[in-house]
Amino acid sequence: MDFNIKTMAEYAAEGKAPEVLFWVGCAGSFDDRAKKITKAFCKILNKIGVEFAVLGQEESCTGDPAKRAGNEFVFQMMALTNIEVLNAYEVKKIVTACPHCFNTLKNEYPSLGGHYEVLHHTQFLKNLMEEGRLKIEGGAFRGKKITFHDPCYLGRANNEYEAPRMLLEKLDAELVEMKRCKTNGLCCGAGGAQMFKEPEKGDKDVNIERTEEALSFEPKVIATGCPFCNTMLTDGVKHFNKNSEVAVKDIVELLAEAEDL
Amino acid sequence: MQYISTIIFLVLLVAGFGLFAKSLQKIYRNIRLGREIDRTDRKGERWETMARVAMGQSKMVKRPIAGVLHLFVYVGFIIINIELIEIIIDGIFGTHRFLFSIFGSGSYGFFTATLEVLALLVIIGVVLFFIRRNFYGVKRLTMKELFGWPKQDANWILIIEFALMMAFFTMNASDSILQMRGAEGFHQAGSFPISQMIFVPFLEIFSFDNGFLIFTERAAWWFHFVGILFFMNYLYYSKHLHIILAFPSTWFANLEKKGKFNNLESVTKEIKLMMDPNADPYAAPAEGEAEAPSKFGAEDVFDLNQVQLLNAYSCTECGRCTAVCPANITGKKLSPRLILMKTRDRLEEVGRNIDKNNGKFEDDGKKLLNDYITKEELWACTTCNACTEACPVLLDPLSIIFDMRRFLVMEQSAAPQELNLMMTNVENNAAPWQYNQADRLKWAND
Repeated sequence: MDFNIKTMAEYAAEGKAPEVLFWVGCAGSFDDRAKKITKAFCKILNKIGVEFAVLGQEESCTGDPAKRAGNEFVFQMMALTNIEVLNAYEVKKIVTACPHCFNTLKNEYPSLGGHYEVLHHTQFLKNLMEEGRLKIEGGAFRGKKITFHDPCYLGRANNEYEAPRMLLEKLDAELVEMKRCKTNGLCCGAGGAQMFKEPEKGDKDVNIERTEEALSFEPKVIATGCPFCNTMLTDGVKHFNKNSEVAVKDIVELLAEAEDL
Repeated sequence: MQYISTIIFLVLLVAGFGLFAKSLQKIYRNIRLGREIDRTDRKGERWETMARVAMGQSKMVKRPIAGVLHLFVYVGFIIINIELIEIIIDGIFGTHRFLFSIFGSGSYGFFTATLEVLALLVIIGVVLFFIRRNFYGVKRLTMKELFGWPKQDANWILIIEFALMMAFFTMNASDSILQMRGAEGFHQAGSFPISQMIFVPFLEIFSFDNGFLIFTERAAWWFHFVGILFFMNYLYYSKHLHIILAFPSTWFANLEKKGKFNNLESVTKEIKLMMDPNADPYAAPAEGEAEAPSKFGAEDVFDLNQVQLLNAYSCTECGRCTAVCPANITGKKLSPRLILMKTRDRLEEVGRNIDKNNGKFEDDGKKLLNDYITKEELWACTTCNACTEACPVLLDPLSIIFDMRRFLVMEQSAAPQELNLMMTNVENNAAPWQYNQADRLKWAND
């Protein structure tokens, strides 16, 4: 990165608090593909001048995959540790690029003592856009066909369908909806800890079914808002040997590209 | 002679309703075998949800064809049951079309005409449903999991409803001919547009005499009455229970965000104890403190909560959940509909066991897990909530899958190997992959 990413600890040492904590998540921290999403989001925040911090080494997995796999012990161990850290820094507002972290922090932490305003990065950026702080010029995408894949844990799990679409519309692209979208969206196949295991026996993999549907519109870009969906659909596109024609990109990557960041 | 039929009528009436009450009681008892769950908060919202989803059918219209046909049968069914009141009064007091004397000729005419139109809509509805289910090949209605009783059950319901409506028209048609002819005891009452148009001309072809028509009218009246009692008692054995249980199921539905899975309180206590350096691990639990549950997650129906068991009884096996399930779509074994059906089957089996053993459950060596629902099904779920979104009566098969996974993992340590690895990683490295937590910010310097 060509600018400095500050941690909560650094802010605390200065006796200050950032506007928002960026919860990077495990994928965003370690997965090579997802790291690009992390960086794109940071670049946008940096350009607008949003004061944000990350937890860095103090961040742990939210516990989502362990919980959905059925391991409440490991989940709560993670959750209670994270809540201790977050509360120690008196965190009020969290933004994250991972719908699974978003859902867990927002819905499952409160009853364990963690109360924060939690936003998905598309919601956060939508707010900034409405406040006039974020301006999007769509030049690079004018007229290009983009289809958006709703992440289950942003969409059905939390009823957020509009924020990602509002941002995409600003790109002046031609947004085409798949038949299975919004409340009827089809899973990418990674949720519920499926990401970390081989799928059960069947006729095909879920991500292949989903990618097939997305590709049927011959889009230039399949847009996602989740690092796991991103991996699953990227694999799907490779499966159909379409990776030179169709890109799978997170919305913030598209925004960063539009801004030439 | 009149008193004999009155007595028969009363005996049937009491027996019919009595048996029905007994069935409901059994269902209630079985549901109470589950764990208690507090779903009585936000009452206003609950009433509103029930009114909108169960009474207002708001989720049925998502599939317009099924939605409209369902509405015909639903509205027809409700209104025609109002007619049951008249049947009961006539049956007990030996009157003929008693409500006529209360409504007066205008209102009663309107009332009977409305019933006729709705009865016709019911007939159209059930006939089209029958064709759709048996010949048209809607995938979710022709899946293998419905072979046997579920398929027969669905057809029986349609056939019974058809027969009941035909009896209703036969009764009205012969009655209206008798009224026109001024037969004794058949005073002019009611207006029967559909009967007049379709059924009377058909009967007139045969120019039956009054005696035979009176017999026909009575026979149809009795058939209709006995049919309703039969149908009511058939419900207990049928997926058609949803006409009653959809109401409590929607009232007790989960109102939280779909992504919010419950946190086990007993676990919280353990972890807090673990994290507290000053805690005494051998301390006796404080007085009044709830004891930890005997089991984490669900292995059998007893470990599920009462709303989940109510859900199992409310499922009408329409399969909208299974039709949108990503695992099922891609040929995996999981079917959310089957999760509910199997839960109901097991619960019924437990209920029969209790009946046989004087009110106590004797271990039968079986469990919901493995004997009914397999691990393969449970591990195929992506927890995407498509099933709960699709259910027209807000049932939650996902919560059953999730509780059973908890049992597999926390009680049996029986997760797939790769998931064990992932969970170990989360526990030791604070990430599902084996990376060092100290490297979490490395991306910033790449």
